[in-house]
Amino acid sequence: MKFGIVVFPGSNCDEDAFHAAKEVFGQEAEYLWHKDADLKGADVVILPGGFAHGDYLRTGAMARFSPIMNPVRAFAERGGPVLGICNGFQILLEAGLLPGAMLRNKGLQYRCEHVHIRVEQTDTPFTSGASAGTVLRIPIGHGEGNYFAPPDVLQQLEASRQVVFRYTDAQGRIDEAANPNGSVNAIAGICSQQRNVVGMMPHPERACEALLGGVDGCAIFASVLRWVGSPLKV
Amino acid sequence: MIDSQALERHGLKPDEYERIVRFMGREPNLTELGIFSVMWSEHCSYKSSRVHLKTLPTDGPQVLQGPGENAGAVDIGDGLAAVFKIESHNHPSFIEPYQGAATGVGGIIRDIFTMGARPIALLNSLRFGALDAPGTRRLLEGVVAGIAGYGNSIGIPTVGGEIAFEPSYAGNPLVNVFCLGIARASDIVKGVASGVGNSVYYVGAKTGRDGIHGATMASAEFDEKSAEKRPAVQVGDPFMEKLLLEACLEVMQTDALVGIQDMGAAGLTCSTTEMGSRGGAGVELDVALVPQRETGMTPYEIMLSESQERMLLVAKPGREHEVERIFEKWDLHAVRIGRVTDDGMLRVKENGKVVAEIPNRALTDEAPLYRRPMTEPPYLREVQALDVDALEKNPYFGAKSDAAENAHGPVLLALLASPTIASKRWVYRQYDHMVRTNTINLPGMGAGVVRIKGTDRALAMSVDGNGRYCYLDPYRGAMLAVAEAARNVACSGARPLAATNCLNFGNPERPAIMWQFAKAVEGMGAACRALDVPITGGNVSLYNETDGNAVYPTPTIGVVGLLEHADRVVGRRFQESGDAIILLGEGLGELGGSEYLKMVHDLVRGLPPALDLNAERALQQLLVALAGERLMRSAHDCSEGGLAVALAECCFETVGVGAEVSIGAAAVAHDARLNRAAALFGESASRVVISVVPADVTRVLEQASAAGVPARLIGQTGGNRLRIAVGGEMAVDTAVTEAERAWSTAIEQYFAKRVA
Repeated sequence: MKFGIVVFPGSNCDEDAFHAAKEVFGQEAEYLWHKDADLKGADVVILPGGFAHGDYLRTGAMARFSPIMNPVRAFAERGGPVLGICNGFQILLEAGLLPGAMLRNKGLQYRCEHVHIRVEQTDTPFTSGASAGTVLRIPIGHGEGNYFAPPDVLQQLEASRQVVFRYTDAQGRIDEAANPNGSVNAIAGICSQQRNVVGMMPHPERACEALLGGVDGCAIFASVLRWVGSPLKV
Repeated sequence: MIDSQALERHGLKPDEYERIVRFMGREPNLTELGIFSVMWSEHCSYKSSRVHLKTLPTDGPQVLQGPGENAGAVDIGDGLAAVFKIESHNHPSFIEPYQGAATGVGGIIRDIFTMGARPIALLNSLRFGALDAPGTRRLLEGVVAGIAGYGNSIGIPTVGGEIAFEPSYAGNPLVNVFCLGIARASDIVKGVASGVGNSVYYVGAKTGRDGIHGATMASAEFDEKSAEKRPAVQVGDPFMEKLLLEACLEVMQTDALVGIQDMGAAGLTCSTTEMGSRGGAGVELDVALVPQRETGMTPYEIMLSESQERMLLVAKPGREHEVERIFEKWDLHAVRIGRVTDDGMLRVKENGKVVAEIPNRALTDEAPLYRRPMTEPPYLREVQALDVDALEKNPYFGAKSDAAENAHGPVLLALLASPTIASKRWVYRQYDHMVRTNTINLPGMGAGVVRIKGTDRALAMSVDGNGRYCYLDPYRGAMLAVAEAARNVACSGARPLAATNCLNFGNPERPAIMWQFAKAVEGMGAACRALDVPITGGNVSLYNETDGNAVYPTPTIGVVGLLEHADRVVGRRFQESGDAIILLGEGLGELGGSEYLKMVHDLVRGLPPALDLNAERALQQLLVALAGERLMRSAHDCSEGGLAVALAECCFETVGVGAEVSIGAAAVAHDARLNRAAALFGESASRVVISVVPADVTRVLEQASAAGVPARLIGQTGGNRLRIAVGGEMAVDTAVTEAERAWSTAIEQYFAKRVA
């Protein structure tokens, strides 16, 4: 299967996602330049981390106007699996493909460290191979990952089981100290109502090789490989 | 008309002006004077330091590029080169910490990609005044945020570094930034302009009035008016640099360039002059063609601006469109501002009219060269004297008797919480240290280690310096800095290959400072020769003083090493209970210049630890051999705080693995307690704590013995306490969690407290 990895001029985790797809999982992978309007036959689209257009204004605020976002939106509407990681998540929010917004981290500082996240839902393309309640140890690296949504949106999200990952401690317990950025309801990742678009702040592509200190991120890639092979009917 | 006031404003001495007039055969105009002033500044010309730097070793079969280009390069096998350099941004960071540090990062990254290398790792070495002194917090927060803001955005991981706090840096923090990149050895690009008529392109950010006379500012001391120099600090734009980085690397792959040079200190002036002079050519440009951010800029301002994120490049004839097209892709506009000439002149025009015309040679080769007077500083003899027996009673021992259990535990906890030793997690978690998915050894683990994708190999790198040691003995202090950086690299299992240096000193016009500088360079050279780590480049930062108070002489050294097998990397932490703990090297109980002496007795005195370069070399070779054979499960060098701190750090961030250790007391004092303290906290060099599976102990000891490295089995890992017996007394007996809490929360708590 083929991964399409969108490259905005300020993307900086594009090569990492490409490496994970191609070298770790042995799949086809291709870069999709943001000025192009063609997904080049990708089966999965990843919006990688970075600072898409410098993000001096608001993270991801300009990226949603890039030509590539039109086919990404159409692909998502057709039920194609789309994963936004970190800045990619922020872009999905700005583009309206996922609800909510990002605020600056509660400590007002950029945080790069390993965190624990609990898998809440397994009927998405990116968690279909995991079991609910599994705790994954995956790194974060962001300054604006404090997920926020107004109460009604939040209620809707929870009611329709759209919260895919929550920050927890190593045992899977929700704990203020284990929430690195102050996200409401400890939200680390969500999916669309159709469940095929997933956004997450942690970086699974940074946790796919033992040499780098952990392989828990493999669950996300392995899930989508399985899912594309035999899509769940959603 | 050039008068003495104009000269003073430009930091030029009257005899230097006479030299200009003599060489030009006429009086320079103001634009020309400005150009001379930046090119002849200490920062650009190395006029005080050059005679000394020439004595450093710079050659070796591994060296692909020595000093003189934008960065050095070494061969790392598989046809690849590691391109790296360290640079200071001390003066700008003092005036405006965020932008000063950010643009320091931007500058060193440009130096690396200008060579055609993809930057993959950053390190930094920082010095501040005491953590609780007024102003330190603002500087530390600003500098760290600036480094983070730039490095995180551009997507280059900060994989390691060091920070020390010392009152001498209160008026003059040090911000030294190191960058390393990877290039194909055959594709290294040079900063040359050649080929008469070839187009000279300007690309990147527009030129503004920021940073005018930055290089001159960095060549003068500070006083109470320094805050007024804020306009001389540049403002960074990491997104622009990201575009430049990607576009330049893409252009370089086309082979359409003759040469490329970044505009750093002294901006357009320095880049045009250096490119022309390296290529034996001249450059003619028209400032009216230079993209400008502000209106009404004069040729003087345009030539001297240090606006960031700008590059100068020379295209091959007929390939101009190819170059322009790639920059367009990245929404950058390459603008032709001039051409290469054959007359060796820097010729500046404004709308076709010549406004400055200077032979390149006058700006580079003819720059003044000083052999400044040197005298041994009068303070030296006085501070080198240390009477250990006269030390007052250690306040941390309290009323406990000589034989009390854990008598030295409280000292250990206090040392672990001292800002220089304490965990820097509060700092490095603000840096993205994992982007590019190469980082094997995370920050805080000794050397930073990154794998090289597409190969089995990895690179280890470490930056080190100890200003206190150099203050007490600059020759030995500089040797120790080289030894420590190389040792850290060797502890990870990597063979040290080469080094880069950043020399931070006070005003070289003072003979005592010049003496410190010369001695430090001498010591550095001796150590680099003995350990086979030639210097491939670096930078000199002088005039680090405020109101006449100089910083401690601080040579910082960055060493790069190669691991043949990335998966044989060794880390700091103990791995499992039941492993044997072996101490490589010999402890002599040396307390001179130690953190112990500073913290407990508030003294910066004595001689820094002795260093036997042959023993150091044997130790490092042994470490590389043991790692290659997978015989070490962990390795950690003893530095500030000595063996006890090293042992504690080996226990930290594990799953709670403690250690039980027994060592002999030192024999440096009459007092038994002090002898135990000296064994625990003395900072004797060339010592490494390793852990080994029990079955390998004999083999490791035999190999050490064959290598001539003293090695002693001092205990084993296990339990949840750190227990250290010294001369039969249980001197330290503390829960690992308690020690770790002291170490890991000290800096964080300081900031939490101040916020509340």
